[in-house]
Amino acid sequence: MANIIDDDTIEYVSILAKLELSEEEREQAKKDMGRMLDYIDKLGELDTEGVEPMTHVFPVQNVFREDIVTNSDTREELLANAPEQRDGMFVVPKTV
Amino acid sequence: MDILKMTAVELSAAIKDRKTTAVEAARASLERIAEKEEQYHCYLTIDRQGVLKQAEEVQMRIEKGELTGPLAGVPMAVKDNLCTAGMLTTCASRILENFVPPYSAEAVLRLQKAGAVMIGKTNMDEFAMGSTTETSAFGETKNPWNPAHVPGGSSGGSAAAVAAGECFYALGSDTGGSIRQPASFCGVVGMKPTYGTVSRYGLIAYGSSLDQIGPLAKDVTDCAAILESIAFHDEKDSTSIERHDTDFTLALSENVKGMRIGVPNDYFGEGLDEEVGDAVLRAAKRLEEKGAIVEKFDLSLVDYAIPAYYTIAAAEASSNLERFDGMKYGYRTKDYDGLHSLYKRTRSEGFGEEVKRRIMLGSFVLSSGYYDAYYLKALKVKALIKKAFDDAFSKYDVILGPAAPTTAPKLGESLADPIKMYLGDIYTIAVNLAGLPGISVPCGLDSAGLPIGLQLIGDCFQEKKLIRAAYTYEKARGAFPAADVGGGIAAGRKEGV
Repeated sequence: MANIIDDDTIEYVSILAKLELSEEEREQAKKDMGRMLDYIDKLGELDTEGVEPMTHVFPVQNVFREDIVTNSDTREELLANAPEQRDGMFVVPKTV
Repeated sequence: MDILKMTAVELSAAIKDRKTTAVEAARASLERIAEKEEQYHCYLTIDRQGVLKQAEEVQMRIEKGELTGPLAGVPMAVKDNLCTAGMLTTCASRILENFVPPYSAEAVLRLQKAGAVMIGKTNMDEFAMGSTTETSAFGETKNPWNPAHVPGGSSGGSAAAVAAGECFYALGSDTGGSIRQPASFCGVVGMKPTYGTVSRYGLIAYGSSLDQIGPLAKDVTDCAAILESIAFHDEKDSTSIERHDTDFTLALSENVKGMRIGVPNDYFGEGLDEEVGDAVLRAAKRLEEKGAIVEKFDLSLVDYAIPAYYTIAAAEASSNLERFDGMKYGYRTKDYDGLHSLYKRTRSEGFGEEVKRRIMLGSFVLSSGYYDAYYLKALKVKALIKKAFDDAFSKYDVILGPAAPTTAPKLGESLADPIKMYLGDIYTIAVNLAGLPGISVPCGLDSAGLPIGLQLIGDCFQEKKLIRAAYTYEKARGAFPAADVGGGIAAGRKEGV
């Protein structure tokens, strides 16, 4: 395997990904990611000098529309999905 | 009259002719589900009470002359990554196991306006990440042709439900082949339209630049009618495209005289099952006999599509799936210490293995220091792949090849080696990168009695050419056997094509 993923990298990526991996999952992730990157490195065989990166297949620029409310009030339905709610609000852990 | 043997368009016509009713059709589907669902597990949610009520309302509106379209009164199913107001929408993930959307996806609304009767929501790979429907958090779906095999994925529940007669047609989504590959494995017709043709509003995003909603159906005619109903320029999806050529059913004609069909040599190389290759080339021959000009050519870059795809799809997935944080909907961990611990535990407990693998890879390729080498590189390769297709379509109207290198693998064989599973998408994935339309049509059975899919690929906005070629082939091929109808699975039903 050409790409060796070390503990620091996995730690850093799991912070970015907001995932808490078990010891076993970390080891598996190191292996999986190394293998995937080895595979993706195949792209390096292609000369892409001067090629514009293509984010979108069609030349769509900013798409604007009038800021008019068209949906109805679904407050009750939205709150019904909340893991925890009180007095018409979402309950979340203390953030500050 | 066996309702279940009818196509969607035939059924709707029979309802209009008062030979049957939407209610009888819904009952027939529910009876079939009662008989087969325990074995196949195509659905995650079945709206047993609601279906008959919907059918009664639709029937009344057909009788009043309010619903006149070719799909009115037909029972259908929806992949569980499409939001349905008031009905559970889980993406086959624990993290959304209790999510009831307050709104419906635009594609679902379009079909309901056309008189669809929605039976329920179909099983899929978790967040559409997978090629077998085995990554579903709620158990795998089995292939109705042989329940020891997978139905393909990620729209495996939709494909299997159509093949098993548990609905007349279904919606799926295709990010790298997720409609065409399960259609191929289950012996049904599946179509991915040009990117932007169907609004993604209400589709739970995986790889937004690649995702597109499309039909899985019994034949090409149904496919064209469904696509005609769901194609819609929607202001709620900024990538939605305004088209004036969405009268796709007009393309249902047996005429390929002079149509230039290119067969890429690169699609018939290493890894392709011989029986699959032979069946697909026989299909090409059929089209040639009907007047098409069939030619082999080199498409190039085929081997680069999968690494480019997994880089881009994982990057977009890692960003799209950030929203699942346990705050406003979905699963929340019971045991946490502060905000960040809540985020991390919720996501780690809520997401399955394959989803976590892709989020990790995506987070890596987007991270500072690696962005240029991986993500940007993949976007450049995407541009080269698009260019290769542009060159091909300057010579050909349609590209023809297999939908998948093999027929459906056995359950449990694919997940152990992710890269091997990814390689199964080799013929479908480039189509998503280039935004092209593609269709899979059954073209034979292998010696084990499992269906083989013929894939036809068109240039952007050329669905009508695809439909014309697919329809002509379908007529030339003749009736295709059905899965699990009247006894023995695939026994003595070798296709004569």
